[in-house]
Amino acid sequence: MTLDKLVDPDSQTLLEVRELSKTLGGKKILDKVSLTLDKGEFKVLIGPSGSGKSTLLQCIHFLIPPDTGDVLLDGKSAREMSHRDITLFRREIGMIFQDFNLFDHLTAKDNVAIALRRVKGMKKKDAYDRALSELTRVGLLDKADLFPAELSGGQKQRVSIARALAMDPKIMLLDEPTSALDPELIGEVLNVIQGLSESGMTMLMVTHQLGFARHFTNEMLFMEDGRITERGAPEELLAIDSTFRTKEFSLKLSKIQGH
Amino acid sequence: MGTWEFYLNILIPALNKGLLVSIQIIVPSAILGVIIGILVGAGRALGSKWLTVILDSYVAVFRGTPLVVQLMLWFYGLPSIRLILEAHFGPEIRPISNLFLLSPYVASVAAFAMCSGAYQSEYIRGAILSIKKGQFKAALSLGFTKSQTFWHITCPMAIRRALPGCGNEIIYLIKYSSLAMIVTMSELTGEAKGIASLYFRHLECYLLTAVYYLLLVTIASFILKKIENYLAIPGQLRSQ
Repeated sequence: MTLDKLVDPDSQTLLEVRELSKTLGGKKILDKVSLTLDKGEFKVLIGPSGSGKSTLLQCIHFLIPPDTGDVLLDGKSAREMSHRDITLFRREIGMIFQDFNLFDHLTAKDNVAIALRRVKGMKKKDAYDRALSELTRVGLLDKADLFPAELSGGQKQRVSIARALAMDPKIMLLDEPTSALDPELIGEVLNVIQGLSESGMTMLMVTHQLGFARHFTNEMLFMEDGRITERGAPEELLAIDSTFRTKEFSLKLSKIQGH
Repeated sequence: MGTWEFYLNILIPALNKGLLVSIQIIVPSAILGVIIGILVGAGRALGSKWLTVILDSYVAVFRGTPLVVQLMLWFYGLPSIRLILEAHFGPEIRPISNLFLLSPYVASVAAFAMCSGAYQSEYIRGAILSIKKGQFKAALSLGFTKSQTFWHITCPMAIRRALPGCGNEIIYLIKYSSLAMIVTMSELTGEAKGIASLYFRHLECYLLTAVYYLLLVTIASFILKKIENYLAIPGQLRSQ
């Protein structure tokens, strides 16, 4: 399996990650990780705990600055950006966290509207109109005035998706969006993600929901020890007779998840 | 002089006058203390190594020395610097050296605000550190700058969490405002002491003064509780 996809100059490559490396506490977490995302593409990143998946997403977003390597969004290098430009760069990449990270002191509506007002400088009414429209999109209009502590895990995650979508990101990075949820709440979040995928949103998702992933992604990336060691179509990596490490990992997951 | 006559014509008017002075000391000291507490607390929790060292030193000094000593230094100590400066540089330094000559009121407010700010900063620092890092990351991921994250996300959450402790510090401030008496301020305790010495009626004077402080503290507690409940987030941090 080729590890470095050749970039076709005519393709609509939206995001290019070039040889990102990161060492934390003396341990190499990322080791020259490269990947690309074309416009409208939905890629899934899987791998064992501690393999560097979350760090990779945060390095792509420059929430954790990588030691070496670069991230190019629409051909623009994040490495060469000023501090101010990095905040603009971040606006264009929506990030969904495993544990939602909603702002506890704000209602669902305000959680969505605050960045529109403070970062994009929208007027209060316009920001609220947009917030309500995004909450409608994730099916939570009736929860707009509730605080995070009054929402279920699935609802919190849907608010966090609405919050990211309101910023009109070009790409969404989803870091295990369902792993902190009770099994019966996973479906509602996956439905929203499925809707995003179908609407053409470009996404990179870290997940252990392989059943979901294999139906909606055309490329799966397997990460281990800070490197992407396998990549390819799910039907290839997860075929019954597959000898890929991805297959072995998915069998272990199936046993744990009980299906 | 009869008891009622003493109360109505002497003691209560004097204590009312002192109460007004006490309030004039307490309110600005409390406001300045909270502002200092927020800035110092934020600097200690989020600032660079050197800033943290400087602010930690401020807190160590103001928490580690008696307030009476601090008050004495502000009122009696600083004018000595004025004399030293004038001895070295002559009378032309006076516009600057006069800054070290504080009125009893300014010395009291400065001492109380600086001391209160040191304690308030501990509550604010603890509250900031208790906020999950993920919330900072979420704000940055939405395009907030670090300062926007502080003012719009961290600060409102930290103030809510720190409010019970900060309120407690304001209650202390109400009581230790009585120390302003030792720098010649005729505030509540100062007035009580004057009347008690003049009429040799210590028991009545100080008992009624205690009632005045109790009332002040009760009103302040009520207001603080109202603020706490108003800012409480449904589902968490609600005051009973």
